[in-house]
Amino acid sequence: MIPAAFEYHRPSDIEGALSVLAEHGDEARVLAGGHSLIPMMKLRMADVPHLIDLQDIADLKGITIADGIITIGAMTTQHELINHEALFAAAPIIREAALQIADPQVRYMGTIGGNVANGDPGNDMPGLMQCLDAQFILVGVDGTRKVPARDFYESAYMTNRDDEEILTHITFASIDAGYAYEKQKRKIGDYATAACAALVTKDGDKVATASIAMTNLSDVPVLSEAAAAALIGTTCDTAAVKAAVAAALEDIDPTEDNRGPVAFKMHVAGIIISRAIARAWSRA
Amino acid sequence: MKDEVTREERVTKLKGLGCSRKRVEDARFTQGKGNYVDDINLPGMLTGDFVRSPCAHARVKSINTDAAMALEGVVAVLTAKDLEPLGLHWMPTLAGDKQMVLADGKVLFQGQEVAFVVATDRYIASDAVELVEVEYEELPVIVDPFKSMQSDVVLREDLDPKAPGAHGPRKHHNHIFTWEVGDEAGTNAVIDDADIVAEESMYYHRTHPCPLEPCGSVASMDKVNGKLTLWGTFQAPHVVRTVASLLSGIEEHNIRVVSPDIGGGFGNKVGVYPGYVCSIVASIVTGVPVKWVEDRMENLMSTAFARDYWMKGKISATKEGKITGLHCHVTADHGAFDACADPTKFPAGFMNICTGSYDIPIAYLGVDGVYTNKAPGGVSYRCSFRVTEAVYFIERMIEVLAIEMNMDAAELRRINFIKKEQFPYHSALGWEYDSGDYHTAWDKALKAVDYDGLRKKQAERVEAFKRGETRSIMGIGLSFFTEIVGAGPVKNCDILGMGMFDSCEIRIHPTGSAVARLGTISQGQGHATTFAQILASEIGISADSITIEEGDTDTAPYGLGTYGSRSTPVAGAAAAMVGRKIRAKAQMIAAYLLEVHDDDVEFDVDRFVVKGAPERFKTMGEIAYAAYNQAIPGLEPGLEAVSYYDPPNMTYPFGAYVCVMDIDVDTGVPTINRFYALDDCGTRINPMVIEGQIHGGLTEALAVALGQEIAYDDMGNCKTGTLMDFFLPTAWEVPNYETDFTVTPSPHHPIGAKGVGESPHVGGVPCFSNAVQDAFRPFGNRHTNMPHDHWRIWKAANDLGMHD
Ligand SMILES: Cc1cc2nc3c(=O)[nH]c(=O)nc-3n(C[C@H](O)[C@H](O)[C@H](O)COP(=O)(O)OP(=O)(O)OC[C@H]3O[C@@H](n4cnc5c(N)ncnc54)[C@H](O)[C@@H]3O)c2cc1C
Repeated sequence: MIPAAFEYHRPSDIEGALSVLAEHGDEARVLAGGHSLIPMMKLRMADVPHLIDLQDIADLKGITIADGIITIGAMTTQHELINHEALFAAAPIIREAALQIADPQVRYMGTIGGNVANGDPGNDMPGLMQCLDAQFILVGVDGTRKVPARDFYESAYMTNRDDEEILTHITFASIDAGYAYEKQKRKIGDYATAACAALVTKDGDKVATASIAMTNLSDVPVLSEAAAAALIGTTCDTAAVKAAVAAALEDIDPTEDNRGPVAFKMHVAGIIISRAIARAWSRA
Repeated sequence: MKDEVTREERVTKLKGLGCSRKRVEDARFTQGKGNYVDDINLPGMLTGDFVRSPCAHARVKSINTDAAMALEGVVAVLTAKDLEPLGLHWMPTLAGDKQMVLADGKVLFQGQEVAFVVATDRYIASDAVELVEVEYEELPVIVDPFKSMQSDVVLREDLDPKAPGAHGPRKHHNHIFTWEVGDEAGTNAVIDDADIVAEESMYYHRTHPCPLEPCGSVASMDKVNGKLTLWGTFQAPHVVRTVASLLSGIEEHNIRVVSPDIGGGFGNKVGVYPGYVCSIVASIVTGVPVKWVEDRMENLMSTAFARDYWMKGKISATKEGKITGLHCHVTADHGAFDACADPTKFPAGFMNICTGSYDIPIAYLGVDGVYTNKAPGGVSYRCSFRVTEAVYFIERMIEVLAIEMNMDAAELRRINFIKKEQFPYHSALGWEYDSGDYHTAWDKALKAVDYDGLRKKQAERVEAFKRGETRSIMGIGLSFFTEIVGAGPVKNCDILGMGMFDSCEIRIHPTGSAVARLGTISQGQGHATTFAQILASEIGISADSITIEEGDTDTAPYGLGTYGSRSTPVAGAAAAMVGRKIRAKAQMIAAYLLEVHDDDVEFDVDRFVVKGAPERFKTMGEIAYAAYNQAIPGLEPGLEAVSYYDPPNMTYPFGAYVCVMDIDVDTGVPTINRFYALDDCGTRINPMVIEGQIHGGLTEALAVALGQEIAYDDMGNCKTGTLMDFFLPTAWEVPNYETDFTVTPSPHHPIGAKGVGESPHVGGVPCFSNAVQDAFRPFGNRHTNMPHDHWRIWKAANDLGMHD
């Protein structure tokens, strides 16, 4: 559990960070809260000769809410997400989900940017960001681009982000929907056995819109459009939820690990999804 | 002068037996001022790190250390070849086997020590580990003890397959020993003729003590003075000194072993590990101090595991539920080397306490130890030697018998408890239980939780479940345990030939304060607090004025260390005895000062008073001063004493536990709604420390029952080498424990105390497990194996058709 030697860089602006990245190519990586990257380095599963600490870059911090659009700096910690009252008012699902990540110690350090950029299927924020239809703002030497969370994830630890780009912000619209983030884990500090983010809006007594995304049930987060479609226009009754769950299960591909075999995960996923939908509907 | 202080106030001031005195250790622990092995830094000190085997079974074709040696800062890379001339490439284990210090021709488990890199710092050492090139030729891997006993593959090529092992004949080249206790023919005859017989096979999975602080050592060979000093995570520092002397040839007076603060042991720090040996050799070779401290993964993957017992039981009873016989066979997976830490004559520890708290007229226990390609160990994780396995076995057999008889399991226990008047009780498997009052404890526990009310609620829940109104079922876990602790009488308990006595030495200073040293070593138990209380009550000086020291072999008297809840039963007894020696001399001094005959003064709390004239007295402070400043005819100056205590018997703490649990059958998630623990540990020295020990032991019991395991895949890869997968509960997972007690003093212990540190673990594991299993009982469950993690609980429900 001792990392190999590395150079430590601590730029004070994005340009500085980009230039170190450009100079060292895939020899360099940015460091946010370090709670995914540093364990990998200690296990010597990640070899990072140049570590670029982003913590002095003020532009990457903070939460702004304007005109119904929420913008969160990549270096905002999970602890800050949880305690931001305006964010809670605009998108309460963030707090509900963030409180289910790891433990307070990890949340003081772990950032939203690191969580979504990491590409670990166990991370909770990527599924949530897909559910919210968030946009990721990436900055590179060639400029800035916006990538929808729904298009960002390619396979475990592989994302659409170029090695020399930095994720600066995440934006999404504030929500006016019933919400729920439901997660089963073995203990505090564990990644999900199965987790589901659900947003449901109501028109009269019918489901108007729905968004369902899942965590740690494939090698990438999974947005199930079919599950949402199964709910829309229904009264979210048992049959509709059942159909949505069945559709969602079609979209996932969990693997066996110490949490249990595939059959168990499929079953638990179904329960977690149906609970997420039910809770979201009850709040719609 | 008139004494203004009442007798009651004087007692309070002593902070002796029964006082919930705050732990004196905590001031430094809670402020980060502890002094652990890794805090020891000596000038010029080097650091060692291991090259470990990625394979579970392989021949080591070659080891090339050139690239590692070429790295700046690397001082040495030791392999078996370097240790062989010293005879240290293998070392004896506590179980009479031997273990490779560094791979000698082959490796037998994943994580085995292959080479030891010594460098100027920890970072360079780790870099160099990656540069050591080892060529392996993989061999077939065996992780299943039953397959091992059938396999042609010879795991231990160093052993003559025909020759007996340390515990008698071996049946197969992968067999270690057979250990039998009791009357097998007689037991079988009873079982064959019985009205009722229940049979069950159960696996007590492999787990690990996982102390917060991993293992480590710092060795410093002073070549000028010929002295070796060894700091380390040792639960038995004096035995380590003796072993180090025997292995190294350095005379014992030239070795000083120090256990500094230890961050938890739970049995993990009883044995001797290759890292200790390598740090010593490296210090001898380099002439400077060498530190070795393992990391978490190394601790989980290579140091002593616990349990891994495949237990098969048969229990018979009359139609009325009176148990008539018990048969138990265990296939014990010991891993690659037999490195169990048990008293020499007990290769399966005290597994023969498996008749439990019940009056069972005839019984038999057979244990077969087997080698596999898994890490060695088999230590007593927060229990006396294998007692957790024994209690789990009998408490499951009782439940299975209750199911077989369609009887209430609480009532079945009550019918079969050993009765108060039967103590001292001689069990069918050879123990003499010193004391007990099981019925009183059981009734108190069941009343406290409103047992009948709970059963009613459970029945209502079953109905609601069947009607489809809930997906949550309710379990009531019961357990009644009897521990056997305080090893032990020297006549039948030794470790490597050292009798398992313990010791205490005390010096009273002229101003009436004292320093006492014992042969034990606290790893979080709070000895500095509680031993001072025993001495305070015996001698009459305040516990606050007594410093307790342990763990330095240059100053402390010889003792066998701390594990198996033996500190209070053995060293605590030595403390009481040493106190009595001090008191005897103090009495003579007091009589001299008061100018009366020795027999005319008597001890009263903190002083000696003239019988019948309580206004004439000498306090212990005055007596201590006199011991140093007066020439008393017939008495030597000074006030000190030493006592070595060989207990006449073990002590037998017991307890009654109840756990109330809800289970979500769809997700397998359990919720503990109530946990009630009644403990009887005899005389209670410090109720707050007892409560702390119970909370800790129950939490480790919860861990083991509900998820904590060391698991391997078929290739012998350890799947649970980090705390992400190895379950260590936090405050979040732990319920609010309700503690309670009865007091049945040990008749043979000088103060009647019995030891409590491990009871909650021993009783807790079956209680949590029984709660899970009891929830499924109304739906047809008989037995499911631990650990009851979510998926296995879910599988229990699934197997019973509860998801259909
Ligand atoms: C015990 C424990 C339990 C945990 N449990 C959970 C859990 O239940 N759910 C969960 O979601 N997470 C969990 N985590 C992970 C935790 O939330 C991490 O902190 C988070 O995943 C990564 O955030 P970070 O700020 O620590 O990123 P880092 O570890 O610093 O970085 C992670 C990766 O993202 C890259 N990166 C970081 N920031 C940027 C950026 N701005 N632009 C481009 N690339 C970037 C880094 O180069 C690195 O590759 C757990 C962690 C621990 C230690």
